[in-house]
Amino acid sequence: MTAGKNDKSPRRVVNESGIEIKPLYTAEDVQQSGGSDGVGQPGAFPFTRGIHDLMYRKRPWTMRQYAGFGQPAETNERFRYLIANGQTGLNVAFDLPTQCGLDSDDPLAQGEVGRVGMAVDTLEDFEIAFAGIDLDRITVSLTINGAAAVLIAMYFAMAQKRGYDLKQLRGTAQNDILKEFIGRGTWVFPVEPSIKLVGDTILYCAEHAPLYSPVSVCGYHIRESGASPVQEMAYAFCIAKAYIDHVLARGLKIDEFASRLSFNFDIHGNLFEQVAKFRAGRRLWASMLKERYGTENPKSMWMRMIAGGGGGGLTIEQPENNIVRSAYYALISALSGTQTMALCSYDEAYTIPSEKAARISLRTMQILVEEMGLCDTVDPLGGSYYVETLTNQMEEKIRGAMDELDAQGGIVQAVSDGRIQAAVSKQAYEDLRKLERGETRKVGVNCYELDEEQPQVEFHPFDETVCGEQVKRLNRVRVERDGAAVASALDRVSADAKAGSNVMPAIVEAVKAYATVGELTSRLVEVYGRYDEPVRF
Amino acid sequence: MNESHRIRVLVAKPGLDGHDVGAKVVVRAMMEAGFEVIYTGLRKSVEEIARIARDEDVDVIGLSVLSGSHVPICERFGALQKEYGLGDKLWIVGGNIPQRDQEALRTLGVDGVFAVGSELDSLVGFIREKVS
Repeated sequence: MTAGKNDKSPRRVVNESGIEIKPLYTAEDVQQSGGSDGVGQPGAFPFTRGIHDLMYRKRPWTMRQYAGFGQPAETNERFRYLIANGQTGLNVAFDLPTQCGLDSDDPLAQGEVGRVGMAVDTLEDFEIAFAGIDLDRITVSLTINGAAAVLIAMYFAMAQKRGYDLKQLRGTAQNDILKEFIGRGTWVFPVEPSIKLVGDTILYCAEHAPLYSPVSVCGYHIRESGASPVQEMAYAFCIAKAYIDHVLARGLKIDEFASRLSFNFDIHGNLFEQVAKFRAGRRLWASMLKERYGTENPKSMWMRMIAGGGGGGLTIEQPENNIVRSAYYALISALSGTQTMALCSYDEAYTIPSEKAARISLRTMQILVEEMGLCDTVDPLGGSYYVETLTNQMEEKIRGAMDELDAQGGIVQAVSDGRIQAAVSKQAYEDLRKLERGETRKVGVNCYELDEEQPQVEFHPFDETVCGEQVKRLNRVRVERDGAAVASALDRVSADAKAGSNVMPAIVEAVKAYATVGELTSRLVEVYGRYDEPVRF
Repeated sequence: MNESHRIRVLVAKPGLDGHDVGAKVVVRAMMEAGFEVIYTGLRKSVEEIARIARDEDVDVIGLSVLSGSHVPICERFGALQKEYGLGDKLWIVGGNIPQRDQEALRTLGVDGVFAVGSELDSLVGFIREKVS
């Protein structure tokens, strides 16, 4: 923000990724930043312009609002509401006890059952949650990490019970534990066994559910924790690399699983920087799969993604402004060639979205599809001098950040000793200070504020009876199930975990016998231990 | 305040909530202000937090909650204060705390509520003013 020497000098602009932005871009800038050889055609290597040739001209992105609260029956009702309003996929929010692998009657679950997501204890909860939903037509994404192996098993068991063939079943689990250690925090086991469990799910799916996406690697939460757009991509790619290396070491071939890995990225911030981030990311990911892992299969090179959320960009102040912000974030996501989109609702800085707020998010996406021409042509910003230059520059920066991290011992080491967490949280602090000093501007926060401001959103009512009802049902299931079958299934999980074998087959059998999330997680904790968070500043 | 006494603060994450961006930002602001800060890390029970506060003899206890469960957590923490001898500590709560719950927290004995959007310097200033 240095003032010019004379009136003609424009102010200096540097984006969040540290790239200085010029007032004007020409063909020369594209050439100097690396040329346009890497632009290519959509649907062909290096996929800068999109992973499919026709992109949204063939089919718009999947609309997948994050939803879930209370008991499974209430969540089922919200799911049906969203589908009735045109939503094309589901994105399941679980309550914190479920995410941490605890049953609803665990003392640590007190006050948390059904609060930030749906409570799940046994297979019965999944049977209720997805009742009446056609799993062929509506794909389901499970936002679950620490307890992912158990919840994926539950999803498969539920689908099989309803007659679906696992070989044809599509869907996604978030199941990216490494980012949970950086942000979001629903870890259970220490780092190494956590990676092993992710590996177990990938191997299991490769064999039994080849169309299912067992992992969605998240730059999203790393960005929300304070990382720049470049770091978001770089760290996510390093995490994905760690899972790939792990699975390769266990004997799978790259093309047996790479096409089922997907990504979850954030969309708030400068529009052009984000679009360039995604275009650069697609190119870098494809090149890495080809060069480092030697694949020739285009599908293994695709950076498939959900680009959505944008929660970190929304504000408590003047919440209606968030409707406008989310619309711009949706535009970013569409211009970036995402496969799936979900938007944070305008009231989400306060509460679980109301039906109305969730509907507005859905309508925001539908307006882009139906009215704004976003699905007419592929990669409409491609060929822009600015966007192509920025894409080249972002790619170089992401590559640089990955190399730097690898040179320091890699992502697993950096997460284990808390280094990444400390670096990201320092940036979050510095960003907040910049905001407080007015060096970065946020409408309604440090400029254009209202003097008398009252929250204007309606709060999602938290039903205090949820916990009691959920526990009552859990106890009924415990009584009705075949206790001996559960005990022997749980013993097999323990034995397989101790032996270092893939625990997924045993977990699938155990959930079919109605073993609980808490019982299964405890068995794994007995073998693997619990994560001890490194506190470092 | 006695120059030689550095203000000691415990910043804690009770319950299962994994949102720690705000807690860590607050820790840094307090460290920069010259306070001695102990950060518990995620997922601590109220009993553990009360024990650490007592054993470390802190002046200030800050709980960070963004899951919406601040009222039940503060009810349980408040009930432990006598047993652990924490009645004279400055008790602060931060996070996703709607206006309508702030009075309820004060009734439970919370001295200051710093919801998302509060300025870091106002938090530091509040602690300086109250701990003397």
